[in-house]
Amino acid sequence: MTVIRTVDLSKQFGKVNALNKVNMEVKEGEVYGFIGPNGAGKSTTIRILLGMLNPSGGQAEVLGMDAKKDAVAIHRRLAYVPGDVNLWPNLTGGEVIDLLMSFHGVKNKGRKDELIQAFQFDPSKKCRTYSKGNRQKVALIAAFAIEPDLYIFDEPTSGLDPLMERTFQKYVKEARNQGKSILLSSHILSEVEQLCDRVGIIRDGEMIETGTLEDLRHLTRTNLYVETSRPIDNLETWEGVHDVEKRQSGVSFQVDTERMETVMAELGAFGIKKIESAPPTLEDLFMRHYEGSGGGDR
Amino acid sequence: MFHNSGRLFYFLLKTDRLKIAIWLLSFTLITVAVPISFENLYPTQAERDVMGQTMGNPAIIAMLGPGDFDSYTVGAMTSHEMILLTAVVVGLMNILLVNRHTRVEEEEGVLELVRALPTGKGANMLAVFLYSLTVNLLLLLLIFSGLVVLGIESIDGNGSLLYGAVLGGTGILFAGITAVTAQLTDNGRSSFGLAFGLLLIAYFVRAVGDVSAETLSWFSPLHLTTRAEVFVSNQWWTVVPLFAGGLVLFVLAGYLVSIRDLDASFLPSRSGRTEASSWLGTPVGLAFRLQRPGIISWSVAMLLVGLSYGSILGDLETFFEGNQILQQMLPGESSDSFTDQFLSMLIVVISIMATIPALMAMLKLYKEEKRGRGDLPFSKPLSRARFFVSYLLIAMVEGAVMLFLAFFGLWIAAISVMEDPFSFGTILGAGAAYLPALYAMIGVSVVLIGFVPRKAGLVWAYLLYAFIVLYFGGLFKFPEWMEYLSPFGFVPELPNEEMAWTPIIFLSAMALVLIVLGFRGYQTRDLEG
Repeated sequence: MTVIRTVDLSKQFGKVNALNKVNMEVKEGEVYGFIGPNGAGKSTTIRILLGMLNPSGGQAEVLGMDAKKDAVAIHRRLAYVPGDVNLWPNLTGGEVIDLLMSFHGVKNKGRKDELIQAFQFDPSKKCRTYSKGNRQKVALIAAFAIEPDLYIFDEPTSGLDPLMERTFQKYVKEARNQGKSILLSSHILSEVEQLCDRVGIIRDGEMIETGTLEDLRHLTRTNLYVETSRPIDNLETWEGVHDVEKRQSGVSFQVDTERMETVMAELGAFGIKKIESAPPTLEDLFMRHYEGSGGGDR
Repeated sequence: MFHNSGRLFYFLLKTDRLKIAIWLLSFTLITVAVPISFENLYPTQAERDVMGQTMGNPAIIAMLGPGDFDSYTVGAMTSHEMILLTAVVVGLMNILLVNRHTRVEEEEGVLELVRALPTGKGANMLAVFLYSLTVNLLLLLLIFSGLVVLGIESIDGNGSLLYGAVLGGTGILFAGITAVTAQLTDNGRSSFGLAFGLLLIAYFVRAVGDVSAETLSWFSPLHLTTRAEVFVSNQWWTVVPLFAGGLVLFVLAGYLVSIRDLDASFLPSRSGRTEASSWLGTPVGLAFRLQRPGIISWSVAMLLVGLSYGSILGDLETFFEGNQILQQMLPGESSDSFTDQFLSMLIVVISIMATIPALMAMLKLYKEEKRGRGDLPFSKPLSRARFFVSYLLIAMVEGAVMLFLAFFGLWIAAISVMEDPFSFGTILGAGAAYLPALYAMIGVSVVLIGFVPRKAGLVWAYLLYAFIVLYFGGLFKFPEWMEYLSPFGFVPELPNEEMAWTPIIFLSAMALVLIVLGFRGYQTRDLEG
């Protein structure tokens, strides 16, 4: 079953094209990583999914319902953590958590106290004194305490320390094990690699790549390091070979996945003494897509 | 300790130059405009003396302080009617400016950046002191030169200089007070509240003291502004405690800075509730809780407004006979009782004042959205309509409560000073007639929020227009149709006029249409964030 589906979703702000025919599908029970540079359209997409913005074209469905028309019914089953958590300066963190929970009609004190402990959060302070990380904790604790079917996180850990990041990951995994679905927009690639089943990469309002991490790796290059008995001349001119770098006793380079077979066959002629290969990291993927977008800003 | 304070001082002046220019020019223009208009309104000393006699009543003294009512020259009039209230606003300006550059910037982390630069620990406080000294000395000079060039006989150079010095001195004193409160609390809102609270207490202490026991007035620094008797006997010594007090307070503030850590404060920050009370968990509960401090202060203010206006009613008849300008400002037949006419006008003014908190309550809906605080609530299983209705409900109830409190205060004061007071029903009925107009104004703000939220502030300009047309329309002989461009112009002016139901029904229908229209816009538009 599909939890989130967008079909040719477009959004214009005045003359600016914020989203251009975005197609996205999040399946039930999966963690979907939504990555892209600042201003690429991640938050705009999420805000349409939440019914806060009207799409200029296309459709957005959440839990099988229309994102705008059925917003209340949808929101009953989801929890959202915005990228920029703005809270009421005069309320305490504890009050805000209770407030958000009671908007859902949830009153699970045991679960809430457990989360406050796990995130090492002090609920007695006024929100105006909280740092960015602490404000994110407020929204995260409320979201995990509500225990909805669908979580939408917009860069939830950008203010958290590594220890708290791990706590966050623990609860995401717990939710997934319970069959919940999660949309995670993030910049922290190691987090996406660890948590996500599938990812979608968005740039300049267009979805440029989507699939499982394995799928995406297939589309890209593998890192190789070889030591050969005879030196390989003009390796950089071979088709499908990139970023050649001479080391003391060998050479490291990248190979396009679809050229792997031929390159390996030709390499064999030079007498391979040692070979190491590493899968492309998400970062390699990411950097390849980001380059050419002018640093990421619209 | 004070390394680089000169550079910081220069930077403060540079960043605030526009703000300072606007404040100082406004003070100067208003201070200079008043004696000019007094000279035109009361050209002979005989007229001014009549005015002086009517001003000598307790309500006016409580509001403006004592004056020289026996030789009420243009100078004496100006200093009596203007210096205290101007000093209060000068105090407010200094509180705002100093609070901004001390605790607010510390809270926002700006001071952390400054401290990390090669600056001394006390550099910022010294810079702020020099900055407020500069601002207040500029004010002194501007007021002095503005008044002295008028060439009015009773406004001499000595008195003009003292007038400026009293205002500048009050400024320095409250700048110093704020510099200290900024050390006591750990956030800008509380330190502002503390300093502003002291300013209000100073005002009310001398109000009570001036009317009943002068000893009490000496506990208030604001008493010095009227004790200076500017343009009468020019008591120069009153300036000394103002400037000296400011200096001492700044030294104290500097000492407190030197013994505390960055971001620390001397009053412990109370830790709040760790759990919400049950009524907070609804949209109305949240909307009310967010506005509670404002609602309480407005309630008190409206009650005081009613009480202070009501206390003048007893002296009204004498007051009017000597004042042709006020007679022109009030509409109606001259045979009518002046009290009824004055009452009708008071009711208009009070109704427009009560509209302010009601509009603020409605605009809060958009303010929350603009500040990005809508993201979490709007992702909850509650419709936009629920949030909308919550804020609308609070705005409508608040408007009615504000009207009620003001008229209740007016009535209480009136029965104690008038020989033949009106009944509570009369005054309440007259006030209630303005409720549909108030709701129509809410309707206007709702339409703005629904369709052009970024322009929602325009409703204030509209309210200002309504006030100017109704309050000054008679005096400046505005054409009558200008009144009918604001909802308040349609309301029958009870008890001076007959009750008329048609405009009441029309205004109610108008309010309903505007609210429904604006709501539809709000429900379908994109939310900001």
